Parts: sequence; structure tokens; C-alpha cells
Amino acid sequence: MTSVPTTAPARTPAATRVPARPSRKRRSWTGLWFVAPFLCVFLVVIVAPILYAVYLSLFRDRLIGGTIFVGADNYLKALQDPEFWSSLGRVGGYMLVQVPVMLALSVFAALALDSARLHFRPLYRIALFLPYAVPAVVAALMWGFMYGSQSGLVGDLNDLLGVVLPDPLSSSWVLVAIGNVATWEFVGFNMLILYSALQLVPRERYEAATLDGAGRVRIVRHIKLPAMKQSLVLAVVFSVIGSFQLFNEPSVLKSLAPNTISSAYTPNLYAYNLSFAGQQFNYAAAISILIGLITMIVAYVIQYFGTRREGAR
Amino acid sequence: MRRPHALPGQPGGRKSILLTLMMGLLLLYTVVPILWLVINATKTQDSLLSSFGLWFSGDFALWDNIVDTFTYADGQFGRWLLNTLLYVVVGAGGGTVLATLAGYGLARFDFPGKRAFLPVLLGAIAIPATALAVPTFLLFSNMALTNTPWAVIIPSLINPLGLYLVWFFTEDAVPEQLLEAARIDGAGEFRIFRTIALRLLMPALVPVLLFSFVTAWNNYFLPLIMLNDADWLPLTVGLNNWSMQNQQAVTATGHAIDSIIVTGSLLSVVPTIVLFLGLQRYWESGLVAGSVKE
Repeated sequence: MTSVPTTAPARTPAATRVPARPSRKRRSWTGLWFVAPFLCVFLVVIVAPILYAVYLSLFRDRLIGGTIFVGADNYLKALQDPEFWSSLGRVGGYMLVQVPVMLALSVFAALALDSARLHFRPLYRIALFLPYAVPAVVAALMWGFMYGSQSGLVGDLNDLLGVVLPDPLSSSWVLVAIGNVATWEFVGFNMLILYSALQLVPRERYEAATLDGAGRVRIVRHIKLPAMKQSLVLAVVFSVIGSFQLFNEPSVLKSLAPNTISSAYTPNLYAYNLSFAGQQFNYAAAISILIGLITMIVAYVIQYFGTRREGAR
Repeated sequence: MRRPHALPGQPGGRKSILLTLMMGLLLLYTVVPILWLVINATKTQDSLLSSFGLWFSGDFALWDNIVDTFTYADGQFGRWLLNTLLYVVVGAGGGTVLATLAGYGLARFDFPGKRAFLPVLLGAIAIPATALAVPTFLLFSNMALTNTPWAVIIPSLINPLGLYLVWFFTEDAVPEQLLEAARIDGAGEFRIFRTIALRLLMPALVPVLLFSFVTAWNNYFLPLIMLNDADWLPLTVGLNNWSMQNQQAVTATGHAIDSIIVTGSLLSVVPTIVLFLGLQRYWESGLVAGSVKE
């Protein structure tokens, strides 16, 4: 199963670099000594928990009678669990709005930075990136203060403009408020990734295109967007995974809006609360595995279509 | 080192006011919240709640707030800061060491099982960290590791992205012939790595170290799950605990600690921002080097 960074195999040394030159590498156990420390930790913190999660998900802990083997029961229960589905639907809807908005802003900003038509370019490059250095928790705390419709910035704006803005922490707006925090955190980071990809375009291509009479718009469409494509697919995949894993922002804002953000607001909050508030570790393991599987399938599909169209080009 | 900005401008390179204005709006969006944080960390609790959020008001209380933040609840904040530093130094530092060793080993050696390494690694990384959290917690709890710093440090020792960066960078920057020459001179493999390869890898290690530093500094989910004891919390979890107490305190005693939370938040942001600004040219060139090559 390769889904997240599957663009990597296209540029792995094993796939592209080695055949170019006859291999002079040493075929021995020596290399394993370099990899062994990583591998040991990898086994402890990734492989073992996966296996353990699968094992746990097959049992049920009963108040009377101890732990019993129930096979796929936990999974069947999850598939019929309205709380699970509504949390999944919520992050799905969130994803369909937040990811396109954020990435459209990032693409715009990357193109603007690269265009040489921008005043104060270095300032934009670093200032837009800064939120990435702010921990998600602090970002959510900070925006939480600003969202306050009494003593926060929203309240200030209400007083200043003599209007009543919608309360960002009310049930109809809180998902937008969460999306805004996430967008704020990552728009600059994605911009830099896309901008880096643009930097790799040889400048002669622009000159050649201009000589052929291509205008700015055509250069963007036929040179710059294709140049960003692979990075963009990767950014989409990571953002989608981030949406499905949404936890930090809602969990921090929950203390400000306890009634609008339920304990099953996102799939991850649900899994977390099942195990740490409800002690239902077996059921939580099954939910976690389902979240993982769904995320992997969605990420894989996006990547499949993202890279396939490129192949057809 | 790549100097992208020294490259000649593109056709039609006249500066555009409209574009600058549109980017200006985006800039306001990203910078205003940070300004809000800085401004409000200078206010007393009273004026924090009563004054306009985007301008200074009342006494300039930044220093008092910092003192309050460090002395509140028997100096918890200082303890959390030290914990965070511990997790960052050992976790991010150790993770970078492991990733560097493994990336180099994969790039410059053939060994049995190497072909299986990439698919297994990719597949495992695709599994969301949060899906692993509950089983990892239970596993660590069985080993009596929860509520100890190890529960936070050990998982952050895995830095797959760093491994990739080092792997690709080694292919480019550490010539096989140079290693071969050192072998003929009779140097051991680890010595070759330490004295020759490591030096050539330095430019790639700065971004790897910086990004794992930030990830470890900002880590929230893992310590939230693993740690109960307030003495071992990192800043992120501690600050959120204060925020939760604050909500209860307002209704129960009427004594809110917003100014301490705001100041604590500002203090927890300063180190990463300073690092990013200070090391800008190193990590930016690393991003360019690490982005997709055709």
C-alpha cells in the first residue's frame, strides 16, 4: 500500500538514478548497520501499534465476563454508528471547502511571488510563511480569543462598525471558524512548496515562450501550472489527510464552545473520547483503523487521478 | 547553494500595484493575528478584555505579564518550557541522527531486504498518526512508559521526511568515488561517514533539523494522550490546560487568567519564529533542493 508520498517512487534513487551508472555499491550487510537504529524504532512505534490495533479491534471488553473475541463485530458496529458517520460527513464537507480555498490562495500567492511583478517580494515570502511556525494549539487559542463576540476582535468589530457579525463559535459557523484556523496555519507553507517547484523551471523556457508570442496568461497555463502540478497533488493529498485527521483545532476550541463542538465532532475526536473518556479501547481501535483505511483510500484515489492525467499529457 | 532570486525576471516584469495590493490582503490575513498576540501580551487582564484588540491600551504590562506567566501555579510554565526543550533536543535531534544514518545507508549501500524497505515505509507512513495513537498508548502503557518523557520522545524519533531528504541528497552530494577512495585508504565505513559524508550532507541537514525541531516543539496530540502528570507536559498541552481551567475559573471564581494565556502563547511562539527568520536562507534552499525534480 503506497499512498501518501507515492510521488516519491517516481524519483527514488532506486528507480531513476542507479540504472544510469553501473552500480559500484557494496553488496553486504554493512548498510544494514546504518539503517538498523531507524528500523528498530520504526518497529516499535509504527509496526507494533498497527498489529496491536488490529488485534484489539477483534475483541470486546465486557463489564462482566472479561474480554471476549468478537471477530468483525466492532467494525460492523462502527459501520452502523450514526455518530461515526456524522463525524465523517462533517470532515468530508469541511475538506471539500477548506482544501480548495486554501490551495487556491497558495497557488495564487506562489504565482504572484514568482512573477517578478510584486513589490516587496522577500517580505511576502517570509511573512506569509510565519503562521507555520505557530503551534496549532496556540493558533487555535489565539483565534479563539479573537473569535470572542463579547471581548474578542469580533466583538470589537461589532462595536466599531455598529453591526452584529455572526458568532464564529455558534453551531452554524464553528466549522468555518475551524477551517479558517487551518487555512491560516498552512496557506504560507503550501505557498512555499509550490513556489519551490516554480523555481526549478529553467528561465530559458520563459524566454522561448515569449519569443513564440505567448502572453502572461499562457505562460501561467502552459508552463507554470504544469510545473507546480506534482507538488500540488502532494499538497492536496496532505491537506486531505489533515482534514480527516482534524483534531487539534476543534479540541482546543471545544473549551470555548463546549455545546457546539461535541465529543464526536470529528472522527479523531470520537476515537479519542471513546478511549480516554469512555474506556472503550477495543471499539476505538476499530474506529481508528477505519479512519486510517478511509484516509488511505481517499489519498490513493486523489494521487491516482492526479498522476494519471499527467501521464496522459 | 541555489540563489533563486538572483535569477533574471520573467517577461513582462513591470511591477504591478494591483498584484501587490491583492497580496497585501493575504499578508494582513496572516500577520494580523500575530500582531494581535504581540499587542495583547502587553495589556493587563482588565484592558485585555475591555480595549480594542488591535491597538495598545492601558499600562504597558508585558514585563509584568511575563513574570506572572512564569510564577503562576508554582512556576509550571518554566517547567513546561524545559520539558518542551527536552523533547525537542532528544526527539528532534535523535530523529535527525537516525534519519541521516538510514538515508545515507540506503543511498550508498546494497543490502538484503533493501528493496522491501521503501514500500513498507511508504505504506506505514500512509497510516494516519492518530489511528496509531490509541494502540501506541496501550502498548506503551503495558511497558510502563506512559507518563514518562520516553512516551513523547520515542515516537518522535521517526522522521520519514528527513530520511527521504537525506536519501536523495546523498545521491547527489556524496560521490561514490570519494567513498571508494577512502576505502582504499583503509578507512572504516562509519569513519568514512563521520569524516567525509556528514560534512557533505550538512546543507540538507539544516532544513531536516529545523523542520523536525518545529514538529517536536508544536507536538500536541501525542503528549496529550501519553502524559497525565502536569510535571511532564510540554507547553502546548499545558497552555491548553490553562485555557480549560480559565473557562471554569470565570464561572466559578470570576478570576480569569486570559493575560497569562496570551503571554504564554506569545512566549511559546518566539523561539520557532526566531529560528525560521534566522536560518531562512538555509531552509529555503533546502526546500528547493527537496522539491520535485524532473
